[in-house]
Amino acid sequence: MFYREAGQFKSSYAADNQIFPLRQDRIAMVVLLALAFFVVPLIASAYTFSAILIPFLIFSLAALGLNILTGYAGQLSLGSAAFMAVGAFASYNFVLRVPGIPLLLAFVLGGLCAAIVGIAFGLPSLRIRGFYLAAATLATQFFVVWCLTKVQWFSNYSSSGVITAQEMIIFGVSFTTPVKKYLLTLSIVCVLALLAKNMVRSNVGRSWMAVRDMDVAAEVIGFRPMRTKLLAFAVSSFYCGVAGALYAYAYLGTVEPDAYNLDLSFRILFMIIIGGVGSILGSFLGSAFIILLPIFLNMIAHGLSLPTSVASNLELMVFGGLIIFFLIVEPHGLARLWQIAKEKLRLWPFPY
Amino acid sequence: MKLLKSVLLSAALVSTVALSGLAQADEQFIPLLSYRVGPYAAGGSGFYGGIIDYFNLVNAKGGMNGVKLTWEECETEYNASRGIECYERLKQAKGGASLVDPLSTGIAYGILDRVAEDKIPMTMLGYGRSDAANGKVFPYIFPLITSYWNQAAAMTKYLGDKSGGMDKLKGKKIVYLYHDSAFGKEPLPVLEAQAKQYGFDLVKIPVAHPGNEQQSQWLQIRQANPDYVILWGWGVMNAVAIKTAQRNGFPREKMLGVWWAGSEEDTIPAGDAAKGYSSMTFNTPGNYPVLDEIRSKIYANGNGNLADKTRIGSVYHMRGVTAGMLWVEAILKAQEKYGKGKQMTGEQIRWGFENLNVDDARQKALGAFGMFPPVKTSCDDHEGSGAVKVQQWNGSKWVAITPNWMVGDKALTRSLLEESSNKYAAEKKITPACLK
Repeated sequence: MFYREAGQFKSSYAADNQIFPLRQDRIAMVVLLALAFFVVPLIASAYTFSAILIPFLIFSLAALGLNILTGYAGQLSLGSAAFMAVGAFASYNFVLRVPGIPLLLAFVLGGLCAAIVGIAFGLPSLRIRGFYLAAATLATQFFVVWCLTKVQWFSNYSSSGVITAQEMIIFGVSFTTPVKKYLLTLSIVCVLALLAKNMVRSNVGRSWMAVRDMDVAAEVIGFRPMRTKLLAFAVSSFYCGVAGALYAYAYLGTVEPDAYNLDLSFRILFMIIIGGVGSILGSFLGSAFIILLPIFLNMIAHGLSLPTSVASNLELMVFGGLIIFFLIVEPHGLARLWQIAKEKLRLWPFPY
Repeated sequence: MKLLKSVLLSAALVSTVALSGLAQADEQFIPLLSYRVGPYAAGGSGFYGGIIDYFNLVNAKGGMNGVKLTWEECETEYNASRGIECYERLKQAKGGASLVDPLSTGIAYGILDRVAEDKIPMTMLGYGRSDAANGKVFPYIFPLITSYWNQAAAMTKYLGDKSGGMDKLKGKKIVYLYHDSAFGKEPLPVLEAQAKQYGFDLVKIPVAHPGNEQQSQWLQIRQANPDYVILWGWGVMNAVAIKTAQRNGFPREKMLGVWWAGSEEDTIPAGDAAKGYSSMTFNTPGNYPVLDEIRSKIYANGNGNLADKTRIGSVYHMRGVTAGMLWVEAILKAQEKYGKGKQMTGEQIRWGFENLNVDDARQKALGAFGMFPPVKTSCDDHEGSGAVKVQQWNGSKWVAITPNWMVGDKALTRSLLEESSNKYAAEKKITPACLK
């Protein structure tokens, strides 16, 4: 009833091509963005920003990157954390070694470095696919972390290999408070998410999905698989690289290469599996599930004043149980649940 | 979206509830960023168990001039991201955090800048940035008792003494088998400088995290046939190294571990392979009156934190008790200056840490004489000691084999410390100065 499309006519191609064809969706999105940009900074506490919202946004961006590669282009990857590491260390070195470079440019350049590494390690995808490719991308994971540890230049010869992110200054404004960091992260994530949404709706995205669904057929109808796959690797790595730079600058402040370990790659992979493979919204939902739920469970366990050793183990068990439950109920992820809900709402109250 | 919103809402709700807890005048709140699950659970449960046991003891004896200790644990899983979340959650709880110690290099690095901003002192007992001992650059960071650099210097000294003098190290071959991370790379500047100075040959062999596969490394070691192996490991890596050494016929007497490779949790899993293996420590193994007190006043009443009573006095437990003791001493010191029987702020406790003086007499009064080296800090020296001992595993327990506390080449570590901390200050645009 509230989600009725009756009476909404589209009389131009532009109207037909909108991201959100329904008026209700558009309004909801505007309200959500207005809340995120204007209301949340006013009401949320410093803790909410620096411990919950900022990591949530950063991991959403990383999951978005992996979702482009795995969800849309069908190339399984276990190297997301490595691309994040490249982005972080490259941005750090650009800021350090190029005096007066704008920070945002450094982030973009960091992302581009990650994209180059992504292309290099995406080359095996031209010959192998599926699990074999996943194993090949594992090489990225190990190589990049090894390289960053081994070559001292990357960490500016710091004795322990840890980099300390410089202060974030953009157009003379210093981004030091949690609110400012949050707004910066949110802006970057919004821009990149919009770009991603448009990319997957365009010719590029269709070529990715064609390659994902059946690469031989895609080649026959004229998509060049090599270009398509490498482009997917480049774009995905770019997103992960920017996420990595934000992780270092807006969240942690100091990073050792080990922070970008295989465990982080797995977590990002779980995010897209839980959230929904091949869905922009799914990246955000998955990130929320994987990042926020353990914290939430921890708080509940604490609220019930359980002994800490029991609470810690219980938290892991409940979290694991919920993952299994969600995957059984909806193997296509949370995004699919949302889609079903929307369809139900459209038909409501008549269940045809 | 619905899920996201409800999670966000409830998280915000919980955090506001946590924040609104009223400050109480006669309580001192300490957040414990502990870990009791995951790959390093053994270390975490022992260390934080020791701290809580000591807190309970202090409270049972009437607190610090009447001020009771309160604490709250938050599970970090040794994960930097979770650790920061815990720190942010607890830093303002119950009138504000007095101090933190995450017992994790990753988390410590993650909150290094934040603690300075929030004015909450952070102690790092035997880990973390060695150059943080310079209080002019890191006013809020305290690598108490001893840092990795001083430990590395002490290791060389011990090996030199063992070979019959530092000059005998010339031409010797020492393998440095290390965990390939910030933790493992930390001592390299010291070891490299000393290799040059004394003319020994330093062979660096990294082990990838977590270190449960070391066959090729030990093959390399067997080929190099070194005089000593320094094992700079953590967690599962240690027991594997000891067992692989046995399998490769390398005498464990020639192995010297870092203090994170010298607990019961490292040697018992290695079985009889560990007999004769030695490691550094900043606690003297044994029993102390304070541990008896914990047994009789805490565990006898069923308030003990460790599930397994036999772990009382084990390496990690004792390290936790040591940490708790130094924290309480710093708070007492701050009370001397800012008012006895009052709640101290983070800034005031920072002063307490900077003017700590736990000498032999104080240790005796605490029932912990000889449990850790005497600690005396200043603005220049946030470490306060730098002394260590070497302990050996006799098959069933650790025994100290150096009777006295020993200190390595402090002039060398000091110069490295100055250089490194000044570089950090330049990068961060900090003007080095002592806080009052």
